[in-house]
Amino acid sequence: MKAKKNLVVIGNGMVGHKFLELMVGKDGSDNWNLIAFCEEPRVAYDRVNLSSYFTGKTAGDLSLVEPGFYQENGIKIYIGDKAVAINREEKTVTSENGVEIPYDKIVLATGSYPFVPPIKGREAPGAFVYRTIEDLEDIGAWAKNCKVGTVIGGGLLGLEAANALQNMGLKTHVVEFAPRLMPVQVDDVGGNILREKIEELGVSVHVSKNTTEIVSENGKIVKMVFADGEELETDEIVFSAGIRPRDELARACGLEIGDRGGIVIDDYCQTSDPDIYAIGECALYQKRIYGLVAPGYHMAGVAADALNGLTSSTFAGADMSTKLKLLGVDVASFGDAFARTSNSKTISVVDSIQGTYKKLVLNQDGSRLLGGMLVGDASAYGTLLQLVQNDIALPPHPEDLLMPPREGKPAAIGVESLPDSAQICSCNNVSKGDIIAAIHENQLTDPVSVKKCTTAGTGCGGCMPLVTTILKSEMKKAGKEVNNHLCEHFSYSRQELYHLVRFHKIKTFDELIERFGQGMGCEICKPAVASMFASTWNEHIMDVPHAGLQDTNDYFLANIQKDGTYSVIPRVPGGEITPDKLIVLGEIAKDFGLYTKITGAQRIDMFGARVDQLPLIWQRLVDAGFESGHAYGKALRTVKSCVGSTWCRYGVQDSVGLAIELELRYRGIRSPHKLKSAVSGCSRECAEAQGKDFGIIASEKGWNLFLCGNGGMKPQHGVLLATDLDKETLIKYLDRFLIFYIRTADRLERTATWFNKLEGGIEYLKQVIIEDSLGICDELEAQMQHLVDTYNCEWKAAIENPEKLKRFRHFVNSDRPDETLSYVEERGQKRPATEEEKVLAGVSG
Amino acid sequence: MVQASPVRDSVTQWVDVCALSDIVPNTGVCAMVKEEQVAIFRVGNEAELYAISNYDPFSKAFVMSRGIVGDRNGIKKVAAPIYKQNFNLATGECLDDETVKIATYSVRVTGDRVEVGIN
Ligand code: SRM
Ligand SMILES: Cc1cc2nc3c(=O)[nH]c(=O)nc-3n(C[C@H](O)[C@H](O)[C@H](O)COP(=O)(O)OP(=O)(O)OC[C@H]3O[C@@H](n4cnc5c(N)ncnc54)[C@H](O)[C@@H]3O)c2cc1C
Ligand code: SF4
Ligand code: FES
Repeated sequence: MKAKKNLVVIGNGMVGHKFLELMVGKDGSDNWNLIAFCEEPRVAYDRVNLSSYFTGKTAGDLSLVEPGFYQENGIKIYIGDKAVAINREEKTVTSENGVEIPYDKIVLATGSYPFVPPIKGREAPGAFVYRTIEDLEDIGAWAKNCKVGTVIGGGLLGLEAANALQNMGLKTHVVEFAPRLMPVQVDDVGGNILREKIEELGVSVHVSKNTTEIVSENGKIVKMVFADGEELETDEIVFSAGIRPRDELARACGLEIGDRGGIVIDDYCQTSDPDIYAIGECALYQKRIYGLVAPGYHMAGVAADALNGLTSSTFAGADMSTKLKLLGVDVASFGDAFARTSNSKTISVVDSIQGTYKKLVLNQDGSRLLGGMLVGDASAYGTLLQLVQNDIALPPHPEDLLMPPREGKPAAIGVESLPDSAQICSCNNVSKGDIIAAIHENQLTDPVSVKKCTTAGTGCGGCMPLVTTILKSEMKKAGKEVNNHLCEHFSYSRQELYHLVRFHKIKTFDELIERFGQGMGCEICKPAVASMFASTWNEHIMDVPHAGLQDTNDYFLANIQKDGTYSVIPRVPGGEITPDKLIVLGEIAKDFGLYTKITGAQRIDMFGARVDQLPLIWQRLVDAGFESGHAYGKALRTVKSCVGSTWCRYGVQDSVGLAIELELRYRGIRSPHKLKSAVSGCSRECAEAQGKDFGIIASEKGWNLFLCGNGGMKPQHGVLLATDLDKETLIKYLDRFLIFYIRTADRLERTATWFNKLEGGIEYLKQVIIEDSLGICDELEAQMQHLVDTYNCEWKAAIENPEKLKRFRHFVNSDRPDETLSYVEERGQKRPATEEEKVLAGVSG
Repeated sequence: MVQASPVRDSVTQWVDVCALSDIVPNTGVCAMVKEEQVAIFRVGNEAELYAISNYDPFSKAFVMSRGIVGDRNGIKKVAAPIYKQNFNLATGECLDDETVKIATYSVRVTGDRVEVGIN
């Protein structure tokens, strides 16, 4: 057996660890003793996703090292020990803790450090950098006693830090020396759009600001002073003014260093000493430092090959294309984004309503894409990047690539047209061919397994949409489809079942499951089928054949709360309510001892009603002219409104009037998920219509219709379907849209998610709804008209029916209420007692 | 007499609760049986009944009777109405968390009356 040689890896960051992984993978550990120095108190972690530490990820979650990986592979790692000297004569490495190791080869992967500009007062407590888990711990701890936080530096990382400060509840400022944000990635126009969007989110941006001093009082930062004499009060500062390579070790042992720092390397990642390699952010290749992880991983691969005797792989620079979501704003920049190629041409689209900016850089004859930038909507990034990287000929009208405003499907290319060699995941260098091979070899059917199997998507995640598209296209070719069965009882998708219900005129669950399903049903298919019946036949949901299908909310026509009581939300169309009705609500709440609150959707919620109280409460509400608000149903909730032209000095249309009309038209309609809407009286958009399933904004000439917006967990702006509509046309389009969605969406799929999966995006939706390309619009309108005509207030029907009323009691054999319920008073109202409070009161179950 | 499973040997007393027609097919009701809250489910349109505790250990509320009944791989079960964990109707075992199990009761139909057995 050959004696193994010593390979010392200095730095255990993202790239250093990747290198070790690759050495193990390439059997390098058979020839080398692998020894690593890790300065930080923990082994490599995912610095790219460092900010997620603030949103709940732990150091353990972020770790890149499989437990036991180093031990199992015989790698000796010195954790919390820094290499302090390289002696190139003796060929030894010495560490801070006094370890001395003889080496045959060294790989430097020391990364970089955050640059802190020489500002007076910069050492003050309360000023931090943003690079390691410890930095984030310190920032978070200090922020607890702060109100205002400021980030110095408006680049990529600075904005990420600003996001973190804002999420911690600080009033956040970003101070940038250059005249725009993200000067490296975007141009002035893009920077402005980005700035507007970020300011809308409440972060104040100050550009062209040169900070000259940080002033502290009593050991705490109080303000910063700028060269122009202005000042900004702040309690905490995070520096994010760029990075500098950690070349101190290399410098001290006399390796060649660039003029502005960085360890000079050649195509094989070798430094000026052939026994020493440098990779990652500390390395300078052709006068360039690559501050992204993908090029670092690439270097790790080249160095690992070189040390295993493979000289065929080389580093030849890397693409600095990036796509990020900063403070919820998409920003992407790729290829020759600044049009530096001679005679290149640019096309750009600025949409200041949507707040998007898209720029393409083309070659002289417009046949090839060279690069571009996207702000506000970067859904097209993956495809555009592929066009650049694979030098694909553009369609005759390259401007079309910018047109479908949000679908990520620019007209011209599909994944089919990409060569197998096309790099899909640039973080991990995974090609289209690799992905396809993995799909077939391992019979993969879902994106998560593809990710696991190929590592594509495990870095920045930006390539996942493309990975998914490739998967779908492969499955389609193989005649397979992603299983979309409703549940074990029906081997059909919701859409297919809906079709069966309508086509075979099926009206009961028993008949449906007997003809098209198996077993007895469950909590997934039963409510879904009940909703299909309701939106097709519109029978009362409490009728006997349907009652057992309903979730408890629909069964008792109220929303269940954590203690088993219910909430009552009467409809307040458009949010307009008379003083008399307000008084009635107050009286009812008082008489039944209900907790009251204004909801997030312009109406009033009364909590803590027991089942036996519900009919009594509703009797009074119905008598006073209220009706069910369907807050319990997967149904239309509200059509919010702003006050509009009747009162507001800027209003151009009667938004309240339209909201009420729409809410009354679509009330009670059951759908795959809840539906929300809003109408704003002018472009100031006080009703937030663009965040709704259907939103309407008044224009001078009529109404602009936005579809498929969403608030909630993953907010998304609605897409503009049509402008300046008169009311009749608006309603016609809405009828068509709603039934089309009801017929085709999956269970519990909001319109936004449905839309995101809709092939062809908004163009397709326009064709179906406006141009009637499927020839079904008459049918859609007729179905809606049927629902509108057969509307009945569910609560009114319930209280008029003694059979149904009988069900509203807690005990079938007693009129007693549920005596385990227990409340305490808080801020003048009741609230459910906590478990501890119940124990104290002796009522715990 | 129609008898529904599972009947424990040691039933010492049958407590009359309600008429069978008081329970809408494929739904549940809650009955107060000797100061205990019992959830009784009617599975299918006939007289197949199950009785389990009305206490939902996940939400800590007395609501089990308001869950949706159905089956999972043939096992008859009810989904708790608040957080939707499933419980085996016959054994009280939670199908989504094997460490959790709730009490079951004997239940039968005599004539058109539903009775819960206690011991
Ligand atoms: C009561 C209310 C909170 C409040 O006190 O303000 C509320 C309460 C609940 N919301 Fe909401 N949401 C309420 C307004 C909203 C809003 C604001 C709005 O409607 O303008 C949103 C964001 C807008 C949107 O939906 O796009 C909202 C987004 C959600 C979501 C996330 C939906 C999504 O697509 O991401 C859920 C979860 C879900 O539906 O799966 C949810 C679920 C719930 C549930 C059903 C959670 C639950 O299962 O218990 C709560 C029912 C409470 C009840 O018993 O009434 N609620 N919820 C609001 C009732 C409004 C009303 O008058 O009907
Ligand atoms: C908040 C944040 C967000 C980022 N987001 C992105 C992104 O979205 N996309 C992207 O591509 N990149 C992103 N980056 C950059 C990315 O993290 C770096 O490119 C990557 O970590 C570089 O890896 P590296 O191994 O070269 O350096 P590092 O990960 O910094 O690792 C170097 C390690 O070496 C250690 N070290 C240094 N000197 C010694 C010594 N003498 N002895 C022992 N150990 C030593 C250091 O302590 C450090 O742990 C982000 C960075 C940060 C901080
Ligand atoms: S945000 Fe969450 S807690 Fe608040 S009402 Fe909505 S669902 Fe309930
Ligand atoms: S491109 Fe970043 S994970 Fe694939």
